[in-house]
Amino acid sequence: MSRLKRTIAPYLLVLPGGIWLIVFFAIPMITMLSLSLQEGDIVNGYTFTGHWQTYVDALDDYRTQLIRSLIYGAIATIILIALAFPMAYWIAFYGGRRKATYLFLVLLPFFVSFVLRTISWRQILTDDGPVLSPLKSAGLVPESFHILGTPTAVIFGLVYNFLPFMVLPIYVALERIDPRVVEAARDLYADPATAFRKVVFPLALPGVFAGVLMTFVPTSSDYVNSTVLGGTDTTMIGQVIQAQYLANSDYPTASALSFVLMAVLLIGVFAYAKVLGTEDVMKVAAR
Amino acid sequence: MSASNIPDPSLVRGLSQRRLGRRDALRMSGLSALGMALAACGVQGKGTKAPASAAPDAVQQYWSDKKQNNLVRFANWPLYMDPKQPELKAFKAKTGINFTYKEVIQEMGSWFAKVQPQLSAGQDIGYDLMVITNSFQFSQFRDSGFLAPLDHAKLPNFAKFAGDAYKKEAFDPGNQYSIPWASGITGIAYDRTKTGRDITKLADLWDPKFKGKVGMMSDVQELGNFGLMAVGANPDKSSASDWEKAAKKLQDQKDAGIVRKYYDQGYIDALGSGEVWLTQAWSGDIYQKNLSEHRDLKFVIPEEGGTIWTDNMTIPITAKNPVDAITLMDFFYEVPNAASLAEYINYVCPVPNAQAEMRKEAAKLSGEDKTDLLALASSPLVFPAQAAYANLHYYVAFESVAEQQQFQKTFDPIVLG
Repeated sequence: MSRLKRTIAPYLLVLPGGIWLIVFFAIPMITMLSLSLQEGDIVNGYTFTGHWQTYVDALDDYRTQLIRSLIYGAIATIILIALAFPMAYWIAFYGGRRKATYLFLVLLPFFVSFVLRTISWRQILTDDGPVLSPLKSAGLVPESFHILGTPTAVIFGLVYNFLPFMVLPIYVALERIDPRVVEAARDLYADPATAFRKVVFPLALPGVFAGVLMTFVPTSSDYVNSTVLGGTDTTMIGQVIQAQYLANSDYPTASALSFVLMAVLLIGVFAYAKVLGTEDVMKVAAR
Repeated sequence: MSASNIPDPSLVRGLSQRRLGRRDALRMSGLSALGMALAACGVQGKGTKAPASAAPDAVQQYWSDKKQNNLVRFANWPLYMDPKQPELKAFKAKTGINFTYKEVIQEMGSWFAKVQPQLSAGQDIGYDLMVITNSFQFSQFRDSGFLAPLDHAKLPNFAKFAGDAYKKEAFDPGNQYSIPWASGITGIAYDRTKTGRDITKLADLWDPKFKGKVGMMSDVQELGNFGLMAVGANPDKSSASDWEKAAKKLQDQKDAGIVRKYYDQGYIDALGSGEVWLTQAWSGDIYQKNLSEHRDLKFVIPEEGGTIWTDNMTIPITAKNPVDAITLMDFFYEVPNAASLAEYINYVCPVPNAQAEMRKEAAKLSGEDKTDLLALASSPLVFPAQAAYANLHYYVAFESVAEQQQFQKTFDPIVLG
């Protein structure tokens, strides 16, 4: 009896997660894959015809937006690393007893809705708003200068909104470094820069990797920032998917684009893991 | 989730062409199970062949077994009724019918996407009355058979008080499925202090002097209409070749950097903050903005014409309380109720007599309230003169879903550039 228990126990443990995965991941994925291969229209219904051409057409029509999204995502991710690393480093090594407070401050903006915060940036960055009108009256920027409606505004929004997702994993990795390892490096005549380069940074890499996963994927597929802060030539693939799904009821195109985006992101992430020499992507990400 | 359970014949052919080992067979059965699962996920449609006019006995058939249940559940857009709901309270006092009122409709596309699954499964959507715009989703609702045919014997006030223009709308001839809630005009709004001159025509939206300061709408129908009128075509009667020309014209405007952004309702804040100086706009929004923020934004119907759209009261076919719903619909056509509604929403009122009612009302008031109400009663944006209608065009009327998709495909690349 107890042996039987021991045999089935692991399966029982995996059951809730397994059911969750099937109901909320596998079934929607299959439905979406099916949708992407259907033909028809919303009034007369969509029927499965195995129509792969939708993928070709969708890529043909929206290649620009897809590439643009990946570029925005990549730029935002690089800026995020540059911003978040020093922040996390400072909190981890110089935060002292106030670490928890600083981390709380990093998370504080999250207590206000994401969309609301993005909209408030609209008010701040608007053409005659508190940032630009003093600069304009001082003659520092030309009267026609504007930030809203440019790629800069969209990438700024992405960086702003996803900063905590980069800070926290890097912080966790840095926090775990035993200070004695750094001391040992210094004792062996490494100057601070060398100690950072050869000891601290390699140890923090898993954190950076997790941070990249948690920011590059959502920033590339984001549609809120480009909708709210963007202009006429900043449309991202998420916006296209949303419009195809909700405005046009063109479910096959929307599903096909979602799959293409997912495939591209997966390939990107695995290629990145390969380059980084990380053997087991998920294990690192899960840490 | 219906469609056939038979996998694609070519798949079957491929599967049966060579002798299979056990492992292969297992793998294949997995595959074909996936194939069947894929095929089983079809989205059911409800299209019928001749839906634009209901079968002659449809009205009788639908209404014969319907009774009053003393409850009506109303789905509407935000800012479309005084939050204190005075008209609904009056309705309850008069008829004893209870009500729930929810501002759940924000956009036609997403509203259709939200209720389509329930309606095609024949389920109640939780509302007995909904206000929908005459955009192409209106035809989607109608052609899918999602709207109850109206029994005009139950709409005496509509017959008596609705303006003539509202009884012969192209999107629903004879008001078989809908009667108007309010109408609006799409024109140009501008800030005179920024533009430095009066805006009078569509060509002003293409003026390079306003580079980066022009707002256009992201809704492809609104955008397409303006493109069509700019190339001299009447949207209502336009053809596919007109659409191409219009799209080209709009693309030029975008490529020249004149358009700042394609806006949803956000255009109004953009105009208020100086982000744009002139923009495509809906009449009532400008009226409300001026009133609530003491601004002096101008609204003009361009020389080439503007468009008029109508938001309509309709009964979803699966409504549980259609009799209560149609009673409420008719109630809004009693002149005092129509006037009281228009006072709050500031869009075009489908009941012309409400103008006199408002003036009568204003006579009892004094001070600012009186001037405001009198101004509203004389506003051509709430009660357009008969002549103004001549310069207003209706939306493009699509013959089929394919035609509507072609229209979308023509203008989508501009908005989603």
